[in-house]
Amino acid sequence: MTSATVEALASGPLFGLPLPELWFALVFGLLGTFLFLDGFDFGAGAIFATLADDEAREAVLSAIGPFWDGNEVWLVVFGGALFAAFPSVYAGLFSRHYLLMFGILGALILRGLAPEMYEQRHDERWQRWWGRSFVAGSVLAPFLLGAFAGNWLVGSPRSLTLVGVVVGVAVTALTVVSGAAFLRLKTRDALPETVTQIGLGAVVAYLLAVVATLGVLAVRLPTGIDALLSVPVIALVAASVALGVGYGVALRRGSNVAALAAAAGLTYGLTAVVAVLMYPSIDPAAGLTVRAAIVSTLPLNLMSVGAALLLPLIATYFAVLYSAFSGPVTADEAY
Amino acid sequence: MIDPVLASRFQFALTTIVHIIFPVMSMGLAPFLIYFTWKDIRGGGPVYEQLRRFWTKIFAISFVVGTVTGIVLEFEFGTNFAAFSTTAGELFGGPLAIEGMMAFMLEATFLGIFVFGRERVSDRLYMVSSLAVGVGTWLSAVWILIANSWMQLPRGYELATENGQQVVHLVDPVAAYLNPRFGYMYVHMQNAAVESVALFMAGVAAYYVYRHHVWGNETENIVFWHKTLKIALVALLITAPLQVLQGDLYARHVYETQPQKFAAMEAVWDTESYVPEYLFAIPTDLSQLTDPRAKELFGIGIPGGASWLASGGDATAEIRGLNTFDTEAPPVAIVFWSFRAMVGMGFWFILLAFWGGYRWYTGELFEDGLLHKALMASSLLGFLAVELGWVVTEVGRQPWVIQGVLKTSEGVSPGLTGSEALITLVGFVGVYTAILALYAYVVARVIRGGPPDADALESVDSSDAPPAGVPGDD
Repeated sequence: MTSATVEALASGPLFGLPLPELWFALVFGLLGTFLFLDGFDFGAGAIFATLADDEAREAVLSAIGPFWDGNEVWLVVFGGALFAAFPSVYAGLFSRHYLLMFGILGALILRGLAPEMYEQRHDERWQRWWGRSFVAGSVLAPFLLGAFAGNWLVGSPRSLTLVGVVVGVAVTALTVVSGAAFLRLKTRDALPETVTQIGLGAVVAYLLAVVATLGVLAVRLPTGIDALLSVPVIALVAASVALGVGYGVALRRGSNVAALAAAAGLTYGLTAVVAVLMYPSIDPAAGLTVRAAIVSTLPLNLMSVGAALLLPLIATYFAVLYSAFSGPVTADEAY
Repeated sequence: MIDPVLASRFQFALTTIVHIIFPVMSMGLAPFLIYFTWKDIRGGGPVYEQLRRFWTKIFAISFVVGTVTGIVLEFEFGTNFAAFSTTAGELFGGPLAIEGMMAFMLEATFLGIFVFGRERVSDRLYMVSSLAVGVGTWLSAVWILIANSWMQLPRGYELATENGQQVVHLVDPVAAYLNPRFGYMYVHMQNAAVESVALFMAGVAAYYVYRHHVWGNETENIVFWHKTLKIALVALLITAPLQVLQGDLYARHVYETQPQKFAAMEAVWDTESYVPEYLFAIPTDLSQLTDPRAKELFGIGIPGGASWLASGGDATAEIRGLNTFDTEAPPVAIVFWSFRAMVGMGFWFILLAFWGGYRWYTGELFEDGLLHKALMASSLLGFLAVELGWVVTEVGRQPWVIQGVLKTSEGVSPGLTGSEALITLVGFVGVYTAILALYAYVVARVIRGGPPDADALESVDSSDAPPAGVPGDD
């Protein structure tokens, strides 16, 4: 890189693009991608708790086996993007919610180790405990992540808040919505009909949790009820209701891909609501706006070039992975 | 209540010390697995399929544990070292983000295919997957070490004060990221990973070979263990000498660029020339045993040795003493002993490599019981040497977290309370001990189970689909 290139990169945003806003959107897009992709793994983990049959449990583990590690990397990339583009927000947010962050990490450790351990031995006690760990990690991780997002939005310095709890419940329900559709798609007849019922119940629970969240936010949000009555928020909530209904219909009909797509829409919709309500702030607790927290022009431009080149590549990797394992898992594909 | 600064430092040290084991295992195994996959696909015989499947199991479990412990590491920059993250984010956050996107994504997605997909994808895509996983693990290290080398040797930045806090601004990305330190670190680290895994493979194989040939205890799949031992020995013969030779150049670079760290490695307090290289040293006054400032040393040293190593051949070269620096010295005893133990093991590994190579040449590789025992005893020493090397690197640059720019104590999150830090530290000790124990348990089980039977494999080779009852990879 010549010094002329460096100078050009330091002089202004690339192509005059509104890079701070694009990175704000990207950070939430990455969070949404993680909550959807690893969300169906978490949901599968929650549904695992309802299955007593050994074969059904194995089917759940086989279904998420090749995917969950890659899905979890979206959280790493979310953290990395936040760190690179808004370092002071990354630092402030993560240290403010210190115990919550370690709760999330602990849950992720449990969820990651449990399936590996579960398959190591086939005695009943061992599998019962690792099965419980798997369920606990899979339910706790989305709940705490939701709590984190809720606290972030209202700028609470505390780890346990009412907003945090309702958003946590919403996100957990949402992962079960995704998980049910994913398991239907991947396991066909290996799982009982109850999985569909769980998915339908979860989508109703999710929509109720969204209503509760909006109610609590109307009181707690610094910008008040006006922010909730803005056009994008109303549109996103209306779209969520429509997607929820669509999900139910699709899951009942066995249109599993459509149901999974609806679950994805719901997840990105929820993330978008949080982002829209937060903007133009990015760390309400510290009173930092997107424009104030963004790194300087040179590293921002470099990062933007990197992300623009790499994100399409990553999409290709996921396309290859998911097409290699398309269709239901078969009995001989043990975890 | 515990000091949050101290607790954060302990916790981060514990996180990295445990985490590094798993990337070393996966980075070290990667070239072997690529080779096994290539030979297997090109019809190299059932032993290569056994090798691929057996070592993939170890790779997969290492990768999973590496993922969950690695995310913790990334988050701890924010949770525990918020002041560091705010100060250095502009230079440090970028490489971390690119590591996630460029490397971690590549490994984690293709790992799914590599571990679970042999029966589902073509030979070509399977080969590509093994390469993608291997390249991904090695690319990960590139970005992590770019970030780390900048902390050792900060360049290409400008300091500014924003909201009362010092912040680093990137002005020259080439200087910052194409850091001369990076090359030394990367070669040293990657070669160490392959060497550590070669020692591990050799140690495990030596156990079975010893049991079969020396003990006379009939062992299944002995051909597999013969092959493993020979492949590991070849890798060891290449990596062990390289590690010591390149390590010497690296140490010289440290002498030139981080004199305080080098002085700690050699425990030089006052600037001197003709400094001896102590192989062993204790204070003459034993009450000073824990005091690294003890000056009267009884030791066995090579006269002028340290000067000679530092300068690359001049036994009279001057080494700047720790007393001449404005900041307090790093914990000298830890750095001094870690460095010696690491170098000592480095030479031992060379000896092992040549011993094994000589026995192979004389046709007694499978009969030398003493060699087998030495290999078994050394199977984990590569990992220990890696840990000690990182102790030298990271403890040796204290009190700085970014050399000459920011002290570690100033990098800790300002709002962190002692009780919060204590809760997570205690949690960490418990959880990370459990993780280590579980990892050891699983790896030991895989090793005890041995490779899949060669006879069962050949029936897989002859048809596309596995016959019922043949277990999958994992």
